[in-house]
Amino acid sequence: MIRSELLQALARENPDLRADEIEQVVDIFFDEIATRLAEGGRVELRGFGAFSTRERAAREGRNPRTGATVTVPAKRVPYFKPGKEMRAVINPGAKPAAGKRAD
Amino acid sequence: MRSVGTLTRADLAEKINRKVGFSRSESLAMVEAILDHMCGALAKGDNVKISGFGSFVLRDKNERIGRNPKTGVEVPITPRRVLTFRASQLLKQRIVDGG
Repeated sequence: MIRSELLQALARENPDLRADEIEQVVDIFFDEIATRLAEGGRVELRGFGAFSTRERAAREGRNPRTGATVTVPAKRVPYFKPGKEMRAVINPGAKPAAGKRAD
Repeated sequence: MRSVGTLTRADLAEKINRKVGFSRSESLAMVEAILDHMCGALAKGDNVKISGFGSFVLRDKNERIGRNPKTGVEVPITPRRVLTFRASQLLKQRIVDGG
């Protein structure tokens, strides 16, 4: 599913809403998540999953074209952990792992 | 790092309510609908790709031998499907640049 298919599905369910309103809602949804992560916060959507950021230490990298060694600076990267219900939904029939923290 | 709180469904609905003018309950229903559609696609085995944000990618893992870290007992880890998120270049850049 891509973004435009999500917009279409929402439009079908909400014939009373204008296409530009639906688009605005979807844009706000993803933009707010991105903004909160950029601010250093986390996003928790129970059942679906949680977005957070993780620190990556600086490391030595190589320019693949020239082979020159370059230092890749430390940075923060986005991270997503699927929620319990999400894991169950994508693995129908599987027993939930024992002793896992409920989320 | 500045400490900011956790964003939830209610916060997303609040933003929609303020910016689009939908009622609170309608806004919350839209948030739920977006999540339901993404979850539904993933349940069917479809990846979800949101341009400018990232992709939710399903991966099928084979059975492998694991070990209970407490007891050291070997146990088979059953084959399973896992969900990973690949952030878009744009999202990665926004996070590097900070709020």
